[in-house]
Amino acid sequence: MAKKLNIKDKYRLLTRDLDWEFSYVDRKDAFPFEEFEGIKITDWSKWEDPFRLTMDSYWKYQAEKEKKLYAIFDAFSQNNGHLNVSDPRYVNALKLFLTGVSPLEYQAYQGFAHVGRQFGGVGARVACQMQAIDELRHVQTQIHAMSHYNKFFDGFQDYSHMHDRVWYLSVPKSFFNDARAAGPFEFMVAIGFSFEYVLTNLLFVPFMSGAAHNGDMATVTFGFSAQSDEARHMTLGLEVIKFLLEQHEDNVPIVQKWIDKWFWRGTRLLTIVAMMMDYMLPNKVMSWKEAWEVYFEEAGGSLFKDLARYGIKMPKYAETIEKEKEHVSHQAWWIFYTHGHAAGFHTWIPSDEELDWLSEKYPDTFDKYYRPRWELAKEMEAKGERFYTKALPQLCTTCQIPMGFTEMDDPTQVCYRDSVYNGDRYHFCSDGCKDIFDDEPEKYVQSWLPVHQIFQGNCGGPDVENVLSDFYRMNLGEDNMDMKGSPDEKRWKQWKGVA
Amino acid sequence: MTIEIKTATLEPVRNTYAHIERRFGDKPATRYQEATYDVQSEKYFHYRPLWQPEKELNDPSRTAIKMKDWYDFKDPRQFYYGAYVQQRAKMQEVAENNYAFFEKRNLMACLPDGMEAKIIKYLIPLRHLEQGANLNNMYACSYGYGTAITQACLYNGMDRLGIAQYLSRIGLIIDGNTGDSLAEAKQAWMNDAIWQGIRAAVEKMIITEDWFEVLVAQDVVLDCLMHELFYVQFDQWLQDNGAQDIGMLTEFMQVWAKDNNRWIDATLKIAAAESAENKALLETWVSDWKQVISEALSPLAVEMLGSDALALAESALDKRLMKAGLFK
Ligand SMILES: [Fe+2]
Ligand SMILES: [Fe+2]
Ligand SMILES: [Zn+2]
Repeated sequence: MAKKLNIKDKYRLLTRDLDWEFSYVDRKDAFPFEEFEGIKITDWSKWEDPFRLTMDSYWKYQAEKEKKLYAIFDAFSQNNGHLNVSDPRYVNALKLFLTGVSPLEYQAYQGFAHVGRQFGGVGARVACQMQAIDELRHVQTQIHAMSHYNKFFDGFQDYSHMHDRVWYLSVPKSFFNDARAAGPFEFMVAIGFSFEYVLTNLLFVPFMSGAAHNGDMATVTFGFSAQSDEARHMTLGLEVIKFLLEQHEDNVPIVQKWIDKWFWRGTRLLTIVAMMMDYMLPNKVMSWKEAWEVYFEEAGGSLFKDLARYGIKMPKYAETIEKEKEHVSHQAWWIFYTHGHAAGFHTWIPSDEELDWLSEKYPDTFDKYYRPRWELAKEMEAKGERFYTKALPQLCTTCQIPMGFTEMDDPTQVCYRDSVYNGDRYHFCSDGCKDIFDDEPEKYVQSWLPVHQIFQGNCGGPDVENVLSDFYRMNLGEDNMDMKGSPDEKRWKQWKGVA
Repeated sequence: MTIEIKTATLEPVRNTYAHIERRFGDKPATRYQEATYDVQSEKYFHYRPLWQPEKELNDPSRTAIKMKDWYDFKDPRQFYYGAYVQQRAKMQEVAENNYAFFEKRNLMACLPDGMEAKIIKYLIPLRHLEQGANLNNMYACSYGYGTAITQACLYNGMDRLGIAQYLSRIGLIIDGNTGDSLAEAKQAWMNDAIWQGIRAAVEKMIITEDWFEVLVAQDVVLDCLMHELFYVQFDQWLQDNGAQDIGMLTEFMQVWAKDNNRWIDATLKIAAAESAENKALLETWVSDWKQVISEALSPLAVEMLGSDALALAESALDKRLMKAGLFK
């Protein structure tokens, strides 16, 4: 009678035991990137498998999920599911998602494929490979979910081309380029831990519950379907951190530096989510500030308490970020509203009801600093003078967001920092971004800053209009400008039979 | 009587994404097309990789093969993630039934004497070879260019992990879950003279730099020769010697090879048809690796199947190479 194998032993035999010691070539030539970051791995066998899924079960579970998911996509398009969304303004959040976030899933696929080849430890390697294929799943299911919206709304059609070029999309693109350009361990701390474990709830929960509150079945379904993948990704991210910290005490300061960096970079990236929640969802879920408090301050706080035993501290600038939650969404939507002619989605002034909601959710800041701007914008719009800024914004060299954030202790004062490197001056939106640059200037001087590139004539021209239409391939007058008077709005009214 | 079902038809503004329309015209696209073409970022990368500063993050120059359009590598199976996992799920369901039946009927006990030892010596060590294939396909996936070919390499890489796991389970059926047969097979892989040639070749392949060369060495040359020796000829030998039931446990690999060959043969053909330079390069790689791998497999093939076996396998390889447009 065969003895029963416990799951751990079985998984070891089916996975870890496949590896062998090389005799004919130097193992370092097979896994050449394990040392240059200064991380010390003394024993890969101490790696605890974060999940134990063999390929046969993987195929089986994932196929069941895909079958259900695609049945809903089919029904969604057959029944013109896009007609059920709360308000056509909502669809702009999806445009931002497809152009800004889905390509990151692709980069996650590439990044995890890279470490899934390069890690010397077979356990870590296989876990990363599974995340690689999951991430490929995410980008592809998102493309398929949005495929129907693309048929009926403007702004989705050239998401990939736009992601490579458009000024604000360089924020998410450079974030992932940064992680992928780093060594394999920094990549894992950046994406596996900081992004997937600490910040992922702040990206996906808002988008998915935003979809649920706004009648978007397609997005809700892929979001839920991706959740069990994400649960695996989170356990991998946590295992990586624990493994690195337990392997050698010299790893602690390196990991801390990466946590500080990626936490800052991550919160900058989440600005788009903040703005989406507070301004782009017609039916609100919760305010960005509330989301930050629930998903970072509470959940993250207890995580870092847990990591304290390894000597890991709360990320640097956590306090600054606590103040930022009162401001970033308002400052970001203002940037997009005023640059609405150069955006690949529509912008608008919040309705009076929405302004009141913002006043209520941000009692300390909204009426004082931001509501007056919108009242002014309303007056101008009423006079037929909808306001667009003609100037191109200066971008932060690190996070690439336009320099529009203020000093958090003085929201009337735009925050400027700079550093000189090799005789050139570089500008930053914050101390966090300046620190990141100062630590690795030779990396960040390479940044492909879209506005600099336009000024240097590398994006066509001569006018901004030409850049938008020829280089970005935006359909001007369709993809961009205010929601009011857009073809999206006209079609919606036609479908709904309203004047 | 005809029933008229009224559905509201709304006129779409466009049929598909703009990059798909530029390639295939303004008509509804397939899921494979939308999931594949132009999804990978092409330009304006922000930073050079610290681990390879001479290249961009996505860089077609990681291989000497040159393509005007890397999306020419259409997968004839049209596998995007959803299609891939559903196809493999069907295969694993059959495999699961086979393994369950095999174990329930205790078919291992019905094998002729000495057969288990042969399986441990010749078949189970392939799990390590499959692990090498996993690394090699992940290499091609991560250094390759364009979603069309890299996603197919990823699927292949995951398949190889799955196959390594099926092979391991054959061992666990033999040893009653003690893992002893896996240890014995690993000993053979590590120390047996007949396995050392091929282990050395696999290790060498793993440190080969050009990812397309790795793909040719692994997925074209080694896979074909291995398949012919183990899953065709050795399988035949098992059948001839009263061990045909083992075929239930290797059916997955048989079906898989057919499926995978459709892709790799098409890939080879497309790369060779692109230019005379590509064709010459592919021929060099194939010849070099064919020599290395044949030599490496020779002692194993002779001991396992006799002196004609390898030549037979090579002729199967040559046929496929001809079909792909090489060496003519
Ligand atoms: Fe994902
Ligand atoms: Fe993920
Ligand atoms: Zn910044």
